[in-house]
Order: sequence, then structure tokens, then C-alpha cells
Amino acid sequence: MEVSAPLIKNILLLDSEGKRVAVKYFSDDWPNLASKLAFEKSVFTKTQRISARAEAEIGMFDGYVVVYKFISDLHFYVTGGDDENELILATVLQGFFDAVAILLRSNVEKKTVLENLDLVLLCLDEIVDGGIILECDANVIAARVAMRGAEADVPLSEQTISQALATAKEHLARNWVL
Amino acid sequence: MAQLQPVGKKDDDREDDSEYSPFYGIEKGAVLQEARVFNDPQLDARRCAQVITKLLYLLNQGETFTKTEATEVFFAVTKLFQSKDIGLRRMVYLIIKEISPSADEVIIVTSSLMKDMNSKTDLYRANAIRVLCRITDGGLLGQIERYLKQAVVDKNPVVSSAALVSGFHLLQSNPDIVKRWSNEVQEAVQSKASLVQFHALALLHQIRQNDRLAVSKLVTSLTRGTVRSPLAQCLLIRYTSQVIEESSANPQSGDRPFYDYLEGCLRHKAEMVIFEAARAITELSGVTSRELTPAITVLQLFLSSSKPVMRFAAVRTLNKVAMTHPPAVMNCNIDMESLISDQNRSIATLAITTLLKTGNESSVDRLMKQITNFMLDIADEFKIVVVEAIRSLCLKFPQKYRILMNFLSNILREEGGFEYKKAIVESILILIREIPEAKESGLSHLCEFIEDCEFTYLSTQILHLLGNEGPRTADPSKYIRYIYNRVVLENATVRASAVSALAKFGAAVESLQPRILVLIRRCLYDNDDEVRDRATLYLNYLNGGGNEAHSKTFLFTSLDVPLVNLESSLLSYDASERRFDMSAVPREMKHQPMLEKKTPASKKAAKEAGQKAFANGHLTSSASDAYEKLLNSFPEFSGFGKLFKSSPLVELTEAETEYSVNAVKHIYPQYVVLQFNCTNTIKEQLLDDVSVVVDTSEAEDFIQVASRKLSSMPYGAPGQAFVAFQKTEGRLCVGKFSNILKFRVKEVDPNTGDCDDEGYEDEYQLEELEVTAADYVLKTVVTNFRGAWDAINAENEMVDEYGIGVRESLQEAVQAVITILGMQPCEGTESVSSNARSHTCLLAGQFIGGAQVLVRLQFGIDAQKQVAMKLTVRSDDPEVCAQIHEIIGSA
Repeated sequence: MEVSAPLIKNILLLDSEGKRVAVKYFSDDWPNLASKLAFEKSVFTKTQRISARAEAEIGMFDGYVVVYKFISDLHFYVTGGDDENELILATVLQGFFDAVAILLRSNVEKKTVLENLDLVLLCLDEIVDGGIILECDANVIAARVAMRGAEADVPLSEQTISQALATAKEHLARNWVL
Repeated sequence: MAQLQPVGKKDDDREDDSEYSPFYGIEKGAVLQEARVFNDPQLDARRCAQVITKLLYLLNQGETFTKTEATEVFFAVTKLFQSKDIGLRRMVYLIIKEISPSADEVIIVTSSLMKDMNSKTDLYRANAIRVLCRITDGGLLGQIERYLKQAVVDKNPVVSSAALVSGFHLLQSNPDIVKRWSNEVQEAVQSKASLVQFHALALLHQIRQNDRLAVSKLVTSLTRGTVRSPLAQCLLIRYTSQVIEESSANPQSGDRPFYDYLEGCLRHKAEMVIFEAARAITELSGVTSRELTPAITVLQLFLSSSKPVMRFAAVRTLNKVAMTHPPAVMNCNIDMESLISDQNRSIATLAITTLLKTGNESSVDRLMKQITNFMLDIADEFKIVVVEAIRSLCLKFPQKYRILMNFLSNILREEGGFEYKKAIVESILILIREIPEAKESGLSHLCEFIEDCEFTYLSTQILHLLGNEGPRTADPSKYIRYIYNRVVLENATVRASAVSALAKFGAAVESLQPRILVLIRRCLYDNDDEVRDRATLYLNYLNGGGNEAHSKTFLFTSLDVPLVNLESSLLSYDASERRFDMSAVPREMKHQPMLEKKTPASKKAAKEAGQKAFANGHLTSSASDAYEKLLNSFPEFSGFGKLFKSSPLVELTEAETEYSVNAVKHIYPQYVVLQFNCTNTIKEQLLDDVSVVVDTSEAEDFIQVASRKLSSMPYGAPGQAFVAFQKTEGRLCVGKFSNILKFRVKEVDPNTGDCDDEGYEDEYQLEELEVTAADYVLKTVVTNFRGAWDAINAENEMVDEYGIGVRESLQEAVQAVITILGMQPCEGTESVSSNARSHTCLLAGQFIGGAQVLVRLQFGIDAQKQVAMKLTVRSDDPEVCAQIHEIIGSA
């Protein structure tokens, strides 16, 4: 019996038409762009009519367990293998979802995500490393994304949510426009 | 009008807003140009971060950079280490990982990253570790190992986690280095930080996973309770069930070791732990209902949770339990029934199929009513699951076939895609086969279905079944109309199978024959040649001078060779030389290796290996008959006696080279003939005088006695050259042959087919071909190994023990010995159960000279992976026993 740590296959953030906003694949189950896009399309079409706004929803698609949650015009997905613990996947989804909300000051919609894409990409990088869950506490993720504690010598564990929020605010303040 | 103006304007604004994207109209070339700001002497940190974001956006959208572009970006990015801006540095780390520079470029950033690794800022250190470990190769790792080891036990969790997770990835490529961190990792398992504990435990287990004793110790100490992190607790549950799986129950109390720990986890405060433990208990092998009860109880609570994820997890697990322990799940039936109306259709489907598995005969009718409503509003993929559940329910309660068959025929008439219809048709086919009473009604449902079926595949399947089953029903004539309608209305494929079905009725039911003949004759004018051919063929058979038995066997027995084998034989068949011989087609399918692991990757690999072995031409006795015929047709080899064995094809060239050559070794009692199958893959060349020159300096027991050239070898047409050797008498001759393909090349104009007359001599080095002991052993299948073993005089038994050295696994050792001996494994003993410490393998074969050989191999493996083997051989010929031992002894 092969025993493995919980592995995340991919994390997807799609818009309300199923287009990519930010995605990250940690598995070579999808070797090329075409197969990735096909998976995203399949998952999107099978979930688009479901209301996954209050609680995270879940389903088996193409032999993978996918948990998902939607807010405004954004669809968040986390995919695991078919025998993965569903509740662990849901924890990762919640971590991602909440960390993005903290960083964007609860202003979670496609427009703000694109305007702060750097934060969202860093979020993905701080949640999972090569399929292994790196962190799933939204506050910690948000603080690490903001590099909070890099200037001062405040240990991360002692950071509070308000500090993380302050960092996020600061970032939003210098919102860049092309 | 004036009032309306602002309203309209406002709407426009909103539309613009929704269209707005900072990346609108972004283009790779322009962004790459922008990336030049990285080289500015006065770095604008914010601007640089924006450009990096744009590059990442492009990559994320699936854009790819060429090698040169990636290299340029990478070099420019390395300049940004000069900036002290924290946000920019974080983006630099990210983009380096995304670009993943090539090995020779990595060196450029190494020193910058190593500086960050020693920085006072923990976040720099953590990120630098992750980046460096991601892009580095083994060589550099030695230099930074000391830092990494320290980082594992760093007081800041972010640094410690970064080092541990990186170690986890590095373990694949550099196991030796990571294994040296064991002590530090063990210390990190005690960390107060939740995620560090999780990462450390995962890495520690990964390091020790092949040492069962160490894993068992780890589990024993940790289950006493120092693990706080829920994720780490889930890991520990996984490792614990692995240990349980490998150890046996306490013989006195019958208690399972560690079961108490798993049960304790059911009361954990984190739901993911509770669920992991419940799932682990349900998956214990040979789980008792007493053990199951507490797990089922918590899963039942999950069923009424407000969270869909929890309901799904619970119902999916209960669904699996219902397959093996239906009574244990019956307590949940009431909660399960309320889930039929769950908004989440995955949950509803799982609930229904669970109910179908646990339901008793009396509840079937009520359930079917609920399902009928449910079927209307779910997707095809869920319907298929339900159909399959209904099929197994029907096989469980055959008396209920009427209601279930009706249900299937009703849904067959409704809208649905191919896969769904296929599942229904297959279910009906299975029910017809398994439940005799259901046959007539099933056939008539199918007849109605093909009257209006858009799927050729399903129509032909059903027609085939009608042809076989229809004639044996009480009233065969009623099916004729449905079948003949197909001839009138459908496409050529369906028409052809309809003709075949008609012919079967004609052959089996004498009273119908005249009428059938009339119908088939009409098909002689069909506009498709396959349909006409079939009609002509069947007419001949049915009118064929009354040899009824013959025509029946022809019509009703299926082809006795696997179609794949027939296809490959036909593909390699060359029409010019000799008639295609049906008996030369291999009859056996190559067994797929039994070594299927759980992971899809290895499953795929096993499958591919199976297919590859198949493509290499697995040749069985019928194939060697064909070889014998071929060899006997040449005067040079006809006096060699009876062909003992022909080997499978051995490739002597790489795939896709100019000339493709593979060889077959034909073993005779005194001779060996090497057959070289050569294919010329160059359109512009014609090869003449093709021969293989064999050098026997490493095969001194062989003396060349004859050879056969191939006079001409045009493009794409395979041909054979042969070389024959006499073996030295009285010994088992083995050796290596080195081979050179010699020929005269003539240039050909591929367009006109003209070729020059002169040409020039050339040669082509082939790979070596080895004759081994296994070539002198023929695989034979023994159905009763025990009986055959006892039938051989025990005095002719030779036993000896051998050390095989260090092997990755027992399976590998077993496979190696089987390959050396070339004998047939019996009773499935070639596959070793995972984690077994000892194994017995039974082999049977025939040695050259005709003596039967039976071999019993007993293997054992110790903690250092040293494998020892006891070899017991029995044969009618004591000489052969000694030779088998010699083969192993010299291998």
C-alpha cells in the first residue's frame, strides 16, 4: 500500500465565463496547455450552474475530487486525487479564499484580482509547494504574501490580522494602473 | 431626451468597467521589451514589479517563452537582486521558479540566493531556500546542505517549513543528502508550529518508508500523543493504517493493534481528523462490524451536516462500505433517503446507489419510484452510475427482474448520450445472459430500441446478440422483421451486421431458411461491398450442399485468435511470398504484468510495458510452427531436425534508424539459426545482396555452417537473412554474437522509381545478440503443479541455496530469476504481494532434449534488502537438474 501525504493537484481561479484568472498546477496529470484548458472547461461547465456561494461545494469530475466556492464573478477550485480526504481539500480552498479576501480587503471580484494579480499569484505560491500543503491559515498566508515582518523583526506567529490588513491596505493604496 | 442622456451614459460606463482589465491588449513582445527596465542602473522597484507581474500573467495564460526569451528574462531578473525593495524581491523569487532556468544558468543566481539564505530576514531565508532547492542540481546541494540542515530546526516556522518541504521534493533526486537530516527532522516533529509538525512528519516517513520497523516505531511513539496539528494527525492515521495492514492481530484478544488510537481520533476536535480516522477504519482489511460501528456513527452525523463537502465525504465512504458490509450501513438508510433530494447531485447519486446496495427485496419497488423522478434531472454521468447500481441490484434479486428491466427499457427510450445508452444496453445484455427468464422481454426491448437507435456501435452489438440468442427463443420469426428493417433503413455497417444476424437465423431455424434466403438474396444488390460480400458468403454457406454442421460452426463460433494478433500478423504479411496462414497467428494474449500498483502512473507504465511486450511479438507455439515451415522450406536448414524453440523478437537497432533489424533465435537440438528481419526505411535507397556477418569471438561454442542472403530489399518491404551455427556437443552453449549488416546501396529516385545500376558496398553495425540458457528452456503450462511435482521421482531432486545480493524488492528478484531461466510461472506465483518478506514461486518448462523441468524458488529478503533464494529442481533427467543449477550458479 502506497501511503502519501495529502497532495493538491491544482488550484484554479476562473472568471464567470470559465476563463483563467490565475491557475497553478502541481501535478503532471495534465502534461500540456490543451489538457489543462480542457480540464478547466470540463470543471467549469459542470459547476457553473451550481450555487457555491454560501458553502463550498464538491464533486467528482474526470476522476478527481474538486472542491469549489464562488464569489461575485470569480470561481475558486481546488483539485485532489480521487482518494484524497475531501475535508483537507476544503481547508486548502478556504485558506486560499480567505487569504485573497484579506489581501483585497474583502473586495473580491475579477477586476480587483487582476489589478492585484501579483498578490494572488504569491498567495498560490504560499499555499502549496509542489503539491504539498505549505500553509492553510489565511492570516499567515496573507502576512507572508505581504512580506510582513521582513522589515521589522516581528516574528510572523505574533502578527495579527490587523497587521496583515494594514499591509494589504498599503498595497492597495499603490494600486497600479497601466 | 435630455433626461435620458445621463442614464444612457451611466450604462456605458458600467459596461466599460466590466470590460476593464489592466492586462487588456497585453502582448508578449511588448512586455519582453519592457523587461529592459530591469537593466536600468537606477532601478524603479515598483515598475519592475509590475513588469514581472505582466510576465507571470502571460505565463499563467498559457503563453510560452522560447529558450532565448526565457534566458534573457532570467538574466535580466537576476539584476534585480541589487534592489532592496522587499515586495520586488518576493516577485523575483516567484518568477525565477516559474521560468525554471536551465542547469548552466542557475549558477548566476546561486550566490545571490545563498546570500539571502543567510540573511537576517526570515522571509528572505525561507523563500531563498525554496527557490534554490527548486532550481538546483545535486552538485550545489552539497554546498548548502549545512544551511538546510540548520534551517530544518529553525525557530521560525516559515524557515523550517520551507526547508522541510524542499527536502521532501529533493528526496526524489538526492535521497542520500536528505537522509542525513534525520535527526533534525525528528526534532522538528516535536515543533509547536502546526504546519512544521506536519511537514516534518511527512518527510520523516518518506525517509523511512522502506524500513518497516522504523515506521512501526515512529507510529508507536507518536500515537501516544504529541501530535497536535490536524494535518499531521491525518498523516499519522495514514501511517498507522499502513502499520496495521502489515501486522497481525493480537492472537489472544483478537484485538487489532492501534485500533484504539484510530477510534480515539474519532473524537478529535478537527473534522478532517475525524473523517480521516473513520475512513481508515472502514478500509481496514477484514474489518469486523464491531470495529465499524463507531466509524459509521460519526459518518452518519456527517450526513446531516450543513456543509456539502462533509455530506459528500461521508456518503462516498459509506457507499464503499456498502459494497462489502451492507448491513453496517443500513442504520443510515433514513438519513441517506433524505439525501436523494440533495441539491448537490453527486451526493444524491451516491446516496441512491448506496441505498440500492443496502436495500432489501421489499424496498426495491419504493426505491425505483423515487429514482424514476430523480433520473429526470441529473446529468448522464450520474445516470450511468445509477444504471450500474440497478444492474447489480437486479443480479442480487433476480425475482425483481421485471420491474428493473422495465425501468431500464423506459430510460432507454428517453434522451441520452452514447455512454449512457451504452451502459443501459450493456446492463440489459448482462441481465439477458444471467437471468434466463429475462431473456425474451429483454430481447424485445432491444428490438424496439434498434428501430430508433442513432448509435451504430450499439445497433451492431444488439444485432449480434439477436443473431445468437434469437433462434433459440420460442418464436424466432418475430425478430426477423426488426432485423430486416435494419437492412432497409440503416448505414452500411449496421446493414452488414444485420445480414450476419439473418444468416444465423437461417442456419439455426430450418423452417425459416427459405424465407431468410429470399431476404439475403435481396442484399446481393446492396451498394456497399461488405454487405454484398457477406450476403454472397452466407448464401453459399446456407445453400452449401447440406454440410449443416460446418456452416453452423462457421456462423456461431467466434474467431479463435485475438483480433490484435490477427491485425499485427496481417500488417507484417507480405503478399508476394506465400499464402497467409491463419494458424501462424498467435493465439495467446500476452499476459499483462500483474504488478499493478495503486498509483495511476505505475498502472499506466505497466500497461505500456504490456503493450510494448506485445508489439515486440510474443510468439507462442503456433507461431513457431510457422517458423518451422519457413525454415524447412530452405534446403540449408531442412536437415537440422525438429525445431525446439524460437525466441521472441530481439531488436538489434534503435527505433527510427535508417535500417530496422530485429532477430529471432531458432534453437535446434544441434544447431542454432539466427533469423534477421530487416526493413529498409530510406525511400531513396534500394539494398541488394543483404547479408549479416556474425562474429563469434565471444561465442566460441558455435561454428557457422550456413547462411542465406537476401537478394534485394526495396524501401519498406521487410525481408529475412539467416545464419546457421552448429553447437559444440555435450554442453550448454551460450555466447554473444556481434553482427554487421552488409549490403550494396543503390540510389533510387523516389518519384520515378528509377535506380542507378552500380551502387556501392556499405555496412551497418547492429547490436549484439546473445544466446542464453533461457533459450534452451521452453515454457510449458502445468495446470496442477503439485500433482506434476509429485509425479517426478523425488530422488531426481536437487536443492541448493543462493544469495542474490541487494535488490529493490522481492518482486524484482523473482522477475530476474524467471527471466534467467525462461520458464513459465505457474499458479500466478510470479507476483509478490506488496511488502512480503518471503515468497515462493513455481516454474515449469521443458529443457532442450525434451525433459520436463519443475522448479520451486523460495525467496527471502531481509531489512538490508539482501535477497536469498533456495532453488529446488525436479526433472525426469537428473542431468537437467544439474544444468538448471549451473545456469543459476553462473548467472
